[in-house]
Amino acid sequence: MTDFFNEMYDAGKVREPYARLEDWTKAMPAELRHLKQAEAEALFRRIGITFAVYGEGGDPDRLIPFDMFPRVFTQFEWRRLEKGIKQRARALNAFLLDVYGRGEIVKAGKIPARLVYQNEAYERAVSGFTPPRGIYSHIVGIDIVRTGADEFFVLEDNCRTPSGVSYMLENREIMMRMFPQIFRENRIEPVDGYADALRRTLASVAPAKCDREPTIAILTPGHFNSAYYEHSFLADLMGVELVEGADLFVEGGFCWMRTTEGPKKLDVIYRRLDDAFLDPLCFRPDSMLGVPGLMDVYRSGGVTICSAPGAGVADDKAIYTYVPDMVRFYLGEEPLLNNVPTWKCAKDDDCKYVLEHLGDLVVKEVHGSGGYGMLVGPKSTKEQIETFRIKITENPDNYIAQPTLALSTTPTFVEEGIAPRHVDLRPYCLVGEKIELVPGGLTRVALKEGSLVVNSSQGGGVKDTWVLAE
Amino acid sequence: MLSRTAENLFWIARYIERAETMARLLEVGARIALMPSAGHGYRSEWESLLQASGTAEGFAEKYGDPVQRNIESYLFFDRDNPSSVVSCIERARENARIVRTALTAQVWDALNMAFQEMRQLERKARSELELTELTEWVMRQAAMIRGAIEATLLRNDGYNFLNLGFALERADNTARLIDVKYYVLLPSVDFVGSGLDNYQWQTLLRAMSAQRAFHWAYGGDITSKKIAHFLILNRQTPRSLITATTSAMEHLDDLAHAYHKSGPAQMRARALVGELAETTVEEIFEEGLHEFLTRFIRDIGELSNMVYNAYLSGEAR
Amino acid sequence: MILTVNHVTTYRYDAPMRAAVQSLRLFPSRFDGQRAIRWDVTVEGGTRGGSFRDGAGDKVEGWSMRGPVSEVSIAVSGQVETIDMAGVLRGHRELVPPFAYLRETVATWIDDAIETLAQEAAAGADDALDRAHRLSAAVAGAITYAPGVTHAHTTAAEALDLGEGVCQDHAHALIACARALDMPARYVSGYLYARDDGVPHEASHAWAEIWVEGIGWIGFDAANGCCPDERYIRLGSGLDAREAAPVKGVAMGAGEEKLDVTVALDAIQQ
Repeated sequence: MTDFFNEMYDAGKVREPYARLEDWTKAMPAELRHLKQAEAEALFRRIGITFAVYGEGGDPDRLIPFDMFPRVFTQFEWRRLEKGIKQRARALNAFLLDVYGRGEIVKAGKIPARLVYQNEAYERAVSGFTPPRGIYSHIVGIDIVRTGADEFFVLEDNCRTPSGVSYMLENREIMMRMFPQIFRENRIEPVDGYADALRRTLASVAPAKCDREPTIAILTPGHFNSAYYEHSFLADLMGVELVEGADLFVEGGFCWMRTTEGPKKLDVIYRRLDDAFLDPLCFRPDSMLGVPGLMDVYRSGGVTICSAPGAGVADDKAIYTYVPDMVRFYLGEEPLLNNVPTWKCAKDDDCKYVLEHLGDLVVKEVHGSGGYGMLVGPKSTKEQIETFRIKITENPDNYIAQPTLALSTTPTFVEEGIAPRHVDLRPYCLVGEKIELVPGGLTRVALKEGSLVVNSSQGGGVKDTWVLAE
Repeated sequence: MLSRTAENLFWIARYIERAETMARLLEVGARIALMPSAGHGYRSEWESLLQASGTAEGFAEKYGDPVQRNIESYLFFDRDNPSSVVSCIERARENARIVRTALTAQVWDALNMAFQEMRQLERKARSELELTELTEWVMRQAAMIRGAIEATLLRNDGYNFLNLGFALERADNTARLIDVKYYVLLPSVDFVGSGLDNYQWQTLLRAMSAQRAFHWAYGGDITSKKIAHFLILNRQTPRSLITATTSAMEHLDDLAHAYHKSGPAQMRARALVGELAETTVEEIFEEGLHEFLTRFIRDIGELSNMVYNAYLSGEAR
Repeated sequence: MILTVNHVTTYRYDAPMRAAVQSLRLFPSRFDGQRAIRWDVTVEGGTRGGSFRDGAGDKVEGWSMRGPVSEVSIAVSGQVETIDMAGVLRGHRELVPPFAYLRETVATWIDDAIETLAQEAAAGADDALDRAHRLSAAVAGAITYAPGVTHAHTTAAEALDLGEGVCQDHAHALIACARALDMPARYVSGYLYARDDGVPHEASHAWAEIWVEGIGWIGFDAANGCCPDERYIRLGSGLDAREAAPVKGVAMGAGEEKLDVTVALDAIQQ
């Protein structure tokens, strides 16, 4: 396993985007680095950006490790990614509008009806409804890995409520505070327009009934949620209220906020809550987090919910394999970003292949997330592999497999100095009146040597992501 | 402003004020414990502290006999005690975390720092911690939080809800502190006016960091009437009942002004202040200090309920 | 036939509630077999919210009540003209594809007994339509009508095991059997006018619809061993009874709820 693409050093030479960073690191002695690292940690802790992992217990105020070594893209590289991401976001939204409408793509035989309509994420409750501007997924997070100078693959799509954007913004903030000089030496595209762009996007999908400047709020499951910091951070940046279900009620076909001055009408809800919890009358009846009657208001055009309930049917791992077909079908274009080759265990031939090559493959649960329920073949013990063999045989529909990708590495500060570590990238694409993408994203890095798992719940960290201006 | 946000702000202030009261109570206890006791031993004095803090029952359940060390733990560090300093600071910080967007970075910093330092204190061995060190630490934190609020917060409705919390909690706490002195510390009427009586009054003044102020304001001998006037009716005393109630009234009036709507809470606050303004110490003693304080505590409780119904419950129309 | 409906659902609370919200699926479907002459739904003291027609063609209307709420009373009054379509849901506009009705739910979970019942009943059937009829007959045979044995949360498998149940259980069992054979099936709620037989029937009724390729959705009332005719009024559908419920509501507060329903269904002879 030596053939990983190193984003900084290519055949011993420093690649162009990293040119200025080499001097920067050389000029930084170990003591200063430790000092700066401690400073960064203190800053993160002070602003309260912490992270809790579900079910792991332990310190609820744990920090996601921050690596100070930035990850850099050239303007040219970024332009290419940007086009591919926007194209994908358009196709995913076209797909959602279609499958909750006439279902042309299924009728055309491009995607099996079973995968769509029997999918747990398919919500019959929104079928036949066209949300404002026909948009279902307003914030699309697309996870991308790189395997070579010109090779990028989409690992997965996140059409519901992709998290992590606060890290993108805070990482930059902290880097600029600690190392102002490297921002003077490198011309780096700013990312701080994200909050404005998000607010514009949300405002642009206000219901037709709204005849004034729309009132927007972020709906959070509450302060015990591991992403609460992000919810509160975004609400603050956008200057909108952060609400919980109990702060809202429905009346007369509208949704209202409970305020100290009486009810205030709400037009757009950016929810960071799963579909199942949105409305106990429509979904899980035991949900205490949602707003009873909200779905009726939504469907009768009294409020817009972002992302739309039901958007999850587009980012399912089983649907993922068909996204290139969606691009061709709806946009009449060739996909600019490729999928990772994927074997669907639901198919007999594929399943056979997967079972024969478990040691070389990455196996994922179709509905899993966050790196749980995953087998990384080459990194697993015999027992782990055999456990998965049984799981797959018992329920093949539930699994897909992909080759272990040669994820690119970027230099990362580690105990001994600087060493290459594997990274991925999650940019956040906004879909409203316009499709927008801030130049940057969240780079996650697997801090353990040799590890390919970048999830923060499994020992991953984050980096600032730079796009160099021309 | 969201009703829930207002409620969180209101409670941040109440918890901070309460944490401070707990620290002051502990200091009173420690001081009394240093004195040669007059007849009925320090045991009942410590007990009176538990009564004052409203935690006697919870303590008895957990520890039984009131031993100084246990009481210190219970009132300061114990998470089972919802009114302990640690519980109050933790809850204040959690409320602040929930409404981060309604606070300035400085206010959040002050609250978060208090919380982080508290966690460090908790990790230290108890034998390394002096009680006075702990109580002073609490008062310093409370002062910094208040200072951050005063210096940086926008004078909007959120500011009013914070200050309503401070004012109502302080009115309640001061009344309870006085009540404890008169009712529990000194159960026998024979002691009234005795040297012990005066000593206990002084301790109370000290607990409110008001000993010097008292002497400046009144001079001469310390008498129960002077002290009652000082703690109840003197508008210059920052912790007196009239000062706290007036502050509540003013912040309610600010809210009414901002929202163009006045209600029963404003009326009640004005009536309470008016009543205090016209009362004399003589009348209070005539009614019975304990009776007067019981009535006052109930009035403040009702006013808090009115504030809740008008602004915090979310049922306002 | 012209059917007159007067249907009052009342929820009473032993302690006043802070607020109440309802989602009502209480409007006659639009298809060739029925036509509403007049139809009125009111929640006493409530505020009418938004209404819409969902992807399955059902009209849904939201209502809300401010507290204190001690009683929620939903009154339906109307008149519907019906004709016998032999159960076929012709002329009904909907977007949700039949495929979406293959999903299992808790109430329609397919266990071995259901699988066996379905396989045995369908053996030797001529075509899909015949298969559906055989399933309906098999369910009618397997579950005897007996009120009070089962409850609102009884599943198809449990009812089949008991061998007794009411129309909801018949419908759930039939749906589970159909889905076991990969035939899309759904739960339908509505009214049934029961005449002349002298037995007081529950006028609120439920049955199943099975998708038969080439024909479309066809209703099967296993409880009465027939297909819906002019005595039936169709309101709405769903994957199971919970989804298709004509009244979904929630009241916020600590009070206990008591339900009281009266339905009067009369036929006007012409």
